[in-house]
Amino acid sequence: MTRLPRPLLAFHVLFAAFMLAPLVIVVLVAFTDKGYISMPFDGASLRWFNEILKRQDFIDAFYRSVVLAATSATLAVVLALPAGMAIAWYQFRGREILVGLLLSPLMVPQIVLGIAILRFLSQMGAAGTMTGLILAHAAIVMPYVLRLVVAAATGFDRSVAQAAETLGASPWTVFARIQLPLILPGIAGGWLLAFITSFDELTLTVFIASPSTQTLPVKLYAYIANTIDPLLASISTMLILLTLVLMLLLERFYGLDRVLGGKS
Amino acid sequence: MTRERNSIPYWLSAPGALTVLALVAVPLVMTFTLSFYSQPPGGAIDSTLTLQNYGHIVGDDYYIEIFARTFLMAALVTGVCLLIGVPEAYVLTRLTAGWRAISIVIVLGPLLVSVVVRTLGWAILLGRDGVINKALMAVGLLNQPVQLMYSYTGLVIALSHVLVPYMVLSVWASLQKLDFATEQAAESLGASSLTVLRRIVLPQVIPGVLSGCLIVFALAAGAFATPAIIAGRRLKVVSTTIYDEFLNYLNWPMGAALAATLMVIVLAISLLANRYIERRYKQVFS
Repeated sequence: MTRLPRPLLAFHVLFAAFMLAPLVIVVLVAFTDKGYISMPFDGASLRWFNEILKRQDFIDAFYRSVVLAATSATLAVVLALPAGMAIAWYQFRGREILVGLLLSPLMVPQIVLGIAILRFLSQMGAAGTMTGLILAHAAIVMPYVLRLVVAAATGFDRSVAQAAETLGASPWTVFARIQLPLILPGIAGGWLLAFITSFDELTLTVFIASPSTQTLPVKLYAYIANTIDPLLASISTMLILLTLVLMLLLERFYGLDRVLGGKS
Repeated sequence: MTRERNSIPYWLSAPGALTVLALVAVPLVMTFTLSFYSQPPGGAIDSTLTLQNYGHIVGDDYYIEIFARTFLMAALVTGVCLLIGVPEAYVLTRLTAGWRAISIVIVLGPLLVSVVVRTLGWAILLGRDGVINKALMAVGLLNQPVQLMYSYTGLVIALSHVLVPYMVLSVWASLQKLDFATEQAAESLGASSLTVLRRIVLPQVIPGVLSGCLIVFALAAGAFATPAIIAGRRLKVVSTTIYDEFLNYLNWPMGAALAATLMVIVLAISLLANRYIERRYKQVFS
C-alpha cells in the first residue's frame, strides 16, 4: 500500500473522532461525581456504577435481554442453518424466491415490522409475552445468520462431502463430521451477530414488549424520554464494554470485516 | 451445486421459510388490511372498509408536513453520509493491515453498539450545556448557546452518525473489487492523486455508492430511536407519528395506514433507483 496523502489522513482522523465522540462522551459522563450530566475532570467517582447495583429493574431488564438474545439467536441458527445449506448446495425451483423471502425482514422498515407483529401477536393473544418476543426476534435476526451460513457453505469444496459419501458415510455422518465443522465459523459468527442484533433491538421491541417483558434498550429508551442523568451513562458504558468483548469474539471466530460486510 | 430432482432442499428450508411467512408476511398483510379499517376515539376498531385514513394522509397538512420532513431528513442524511462515507471507505483501502484493523473497529464498530447508547451520546453532546456549545463558545464562535437538541440540524448530525457505517461498508465492498494496478498505471502515467480518484476510482465504485445511498435513505426514512430521542415531539417524523398513533392515541388503523404509506414510498423509491442504476450500469460498461 502506498502512503496516504496528507489531506486524506487529516480527514480520516476527523472521521474517527466523529465516530467516537458520542461513545467517548458517554463513558466520560459515567465517571462524574455530580448528580447531573457533567464531565469527570473536576471530580470523578464510581458512584453511578454503584447506582446500577441498586436498580433491580435495570438488572432484571439486562438478564431478560440476554435470555431473549441467546434464545432467539439459537432459534435463528436452527432455522437458518438447514435453509442456508439448501441455498448454498442445491439448485432448485424457487431458490431465488426463497432467498428473497428469508432476507425480507431486512427490507421492511423496522417500525413497520414492529406494528405488524404487534397486530399479529395481539390477534393471537400473545402480545407482550416472552414467547412472542423470542419468535419475533428470531425472525428478524435470521437473515444475518443466513448470510454468514451461506457464505461459509458456498466457500468450501463439495467434493469433500461426496468423497465421504462414496466411502460409505451415512448422510448424518457426512453432516456431523464433514459439513458442520467446515461451516462452524459461519454459524458461530452468525449466532454472535444475531445475539448482538437482538440484544440491541429497540424499534420493534418497543411495540411488542409489555411492562413485564421490557428489554434493556426499551427500558433505557423509556428512561431517556423522562430524564437524562449519569445513571444512563454508566449503564451505557457497561453496554459499550460488553459490545467490545463480543466484537473481539466476532473478530476471533469470523473476522469483523467479513461479518459486517456480509461476504466471504 | 447439485441439480437433483428431490425434495431435500424444500424440507431443509421449510422451517425458516414458514417462520418468516408467519411472522413477517402474514402480519404485513394483516396490517395492510387494518389500514382500511377505522377507529373512533376511545372506541373499538370498526372493520368496515374505508379509505378515510389514506384521505387524512393525502389531505391533511399535518400529515403531509410530517412526510415531507421525514423524506427531507432522509435525503439530507444520505447526502451527509455520501460526503463523508465515500472518502472514508477509500481511506480504509489505502491503510496498512494493522491500521485498517483498528480503523474498522472505530468506523464500523459503532454499528454493534446499541442505537440508544449512540443517540444518548449525541443528546449529551447537543444539549444547551453540551460539549459542542461549550467548545464553540470557548473559541469565540458563539456568544450564547444554540439549541441543537430538538433541532433539525442536531437530528441530521446524529442520524448521519448512526447510518454512515452502512455507506462506508457498501462503498468499501465495491472498492475491494477494484484492481489497484489501474490506479498505479494512471499514477505512473503522471496523473495526480486527485485525477486518479476522479477518473479511475470513482467511476468503478458508482454502483457501490448508489446502493449505499439506497440503504442509508431507506434506513433513515424508517429510523425510530434517534428521531424519537433527538427530535422528540417537536419535530415529528413518520416513525414517531406511527408510534404515537399506536401507543398514545390508540388509533391503530391510522398508524397502520401511515406505516403502509411509508413502506410503499420507500419500496417505490428503492425499486425505481435500482432500475435506474441497472440501466446506467449497463451503459457505462457495454
